[in-house]
Amino acid sequence: MHCLWCHDSILVEVSWGNVFMPSRRSPLCSACTNKLQLLDGRRCVRCSRYSNQTVCGDCIWWKDIFQDEDPLAWNYSVYHYNDPMKEMISRWKYRGDYLLGEAFRWPFIDAFKQSFLKWDKAAILVPIPLSVVRHRERGFNQAEMLTAFLDRKSVALLQRKDGEKQSKKSRQDRIFAENPFRMKKTINKPVILVDDIYTTGATLRHAANVLKQQGCPKVCAFTLIRG
Amino acid sequence: MQSINQTVPSFNKPLSTELSRQFAGKRLLRQEIQVESTVFTRLLAEQQFTATPSMVRQQWKLTCQRCGNQTPHLIGRMPCFRCQSTHAYCRKCIHMGRVSECEALYIWSGEIPGWTKHEDPCTWKGELTTQQQLAADRIVQAIDNQEKELLVYAVCGAGKTEMLFPGITAALQRGWRICIATPRADVVRELKPRLQTAYHDVSIEALYGGSPDRSGTAQLLLATTHQLLRFYRAFDVMIIDEIDAFPYHADASLPYATKHAITNQATTIYLTATPRPKDQSRLNRGKLPHVFVPVRYHGHPLPVPQLKLVWSLKKHIQHFTIPKELSDWLINRKQPNRQLLIFTPTIMLAERFYTPMAALLQNLGIIEHTEQLATVHAEDPNRTEKVQQFRNKKLLVLITTTILERGVTFPSVDVAILAAGHTVFDEAALVQIAGRAGRSGDDPTGEVIFFHDGKTDAMVQAIHSIKKMNHRAGLE
Repeated sequence: MHCLWCHDSILVEVSWGNVFMPSRRSPLCSACTNKLQLLDGRRCVRCSRYSNQTVCGDCIWWKDIFQDEDPLAWNYSVYHYNDPMKEMISRWKYRGDYLLGEAFRWPFIDAFKQSFLKWDKAAILVPIPLSVVRHRERGFNQAEMLTAFLDRKSVALLQRKDGEKQSKKSRQDRIFAENPFRMKKTINKPVILVDDIYTTGATLRHAANVLKQQGCPKVCAFTLIRG
Repeated sequence: MQSINQTVPSFNKPLSTELSRQFAGKRLLRQEIQVESTVFTRLLAEQQFTATPSMVRQQWKLTCQRCGNQTPHLIGRMPCFRCQSTHAYCRKCIHMGRVSECEALYIWSGEIPGWTKHEDPCTWKGELTTQQQLAADRIVQAIDNQEKELLVYAVCGAGKTEMLFPGITAALQRGWRICIATPRADVVRELKPRLQTAYHDVSIEALYGGSPDRSGTAQLLLATTHQLLRFYRAFDVMIIDEIDAFPYHADASLPYATKHAITNQATTIYLTATPRPKDQSRLNRGKLPHVFVPVRYHGHPLPVPQLKLVWSLKKHIQHFTIPKELSDWLINRKQPNRQLLIFTPTIMLAERFYTPMAALLQNLGIIEHTEQLATVHAEDPNRTEKVQQFRNKKLLVLITTTILERGVTFPSVDVAILAAGHTVFDEAALVQIAGRAGRSGDDPTGEVIFFHDGKTDAMVQAIHSIKKMNHRAGLE
């Protein structure tokens, strides 16, 4: 077996944890696994950012903007957005190395079990879509790939208008841009939005806003990375 | 035809020439061809572009046609939104855009631009030494006769770049397209200004990852070997500098790329100071035409490395302390005003040795303050600036990994290797490192010392081959 990131060969360590589950063996070598930093310790309860306060400054700011009616209840993330992660995301998402996403499968599943399993069982997963133009360009949607890892019903509820890439915009532009999302059909169950990265939280709030307006009772988010 | 002409205006002559300039000799993905889709459809219909399969399946093996990759774990499969099916893509050359099975690679098959026939392109006014002239004549001969390949086996500091000038001039006079490729981006960066002054009126471009030039439309191209993946049947003369350098000799896709980037009658010229065993044996069997330049441009012999045994080297490396042998050598250097290059096998060692080394060098009065010492390695974002500071003598001592083993020239340095027994220091690396010393005619000698805790074959071979070259040059 070869590491998905550095292509060095890996000697698979067989332990009691994975002897009956070959699929659980990490596709990254231990050096590359260690470069990625799982979020742990004190974090903001609303957005998963490292913070000594219970609710970080970012989230208080959002609260003020929405006057206590923030459409996004909370966000949970798995990884910290450090430099190796930035490189990995750029190859996975922008260069389009689809297979690299497999590296996140088990950490993503484990984090989901830890934080969402006891939450509303009826909740449905909704991946953040790409615009058709961007989707054709990339060939796959990273949020859909992440959603497919999880053992929970998912529905592609949203549609996205074509526009500039989020990563090319400034913070202000992202937050006050026109809402790019549209609902395909309505839903009356709680929703867990799935995306690869929470940077300012603007995209997820746009999506949550649309869902809420169409009668969705509660929206929270599960993202791979807290940027 | 009439109706198409009405919707899309016919290409007038200048536009067509411009397109051929831009795309001739290239093999590209659709996303790399930045023209509108109506224009592109028309170009395809007129057979100006030809679509070729991007991945070919032979028996069970898939091959990426751009980089030649066949390794199973470097070929991924993905469900594709575009073609609504699951297919293969190449993971090896993905940094240059994804090659997918459902997409074609496009080759320009339209008009081929005529490159300028320069009458007297060379503005370099220097003179070659007798030895350099002999090699240069042989290169010109190979280019004139369109020989397939020629190896120029020249010692470190022989003045390889200057030897190429007559050959490049000959090719430019015929209106040929030339590429100088090298595995290292640093070398490309260093070569560009030198060539631009030597060929003032020729269009020259330097291509490497993140370079300001990107179009690849010049007649004389300098490129890292990776950049050649985008070219197809483009060059009449291909010069590959440092063929033995990493990653060229270790990565099969790079020889694949150079093979596809040249035309069928092209001449390929390899330059090296330390041929790998494969080339060496072809050379010995007389299968590889070659020319040998055993002497440096200033005519002095290559410095022969000294070996110094350090019994407790392992301990010093574990605790990041300086061996006594190293400080003794530092005290007893013959020319203490020379700058100093200290090579370490790993980045970690280079960084951890900084503090003890700074203390020692200050004690010995070699440097006045710690700003005159720096470490440099491949992951260092400021490496170009640090090398420049070393050149300007703002830095006096540099602790480095093997990234500075080749392609850089400092006039007057002494060289030490700490832990020369490490596997990264193979014969080629050791010869190259030893070749950093005594580069200038004003100070043609320099000390080279390998600190080790047990001689390796590589050390013995390196010293042997240096002595052999001095012998062949008649300097012993």
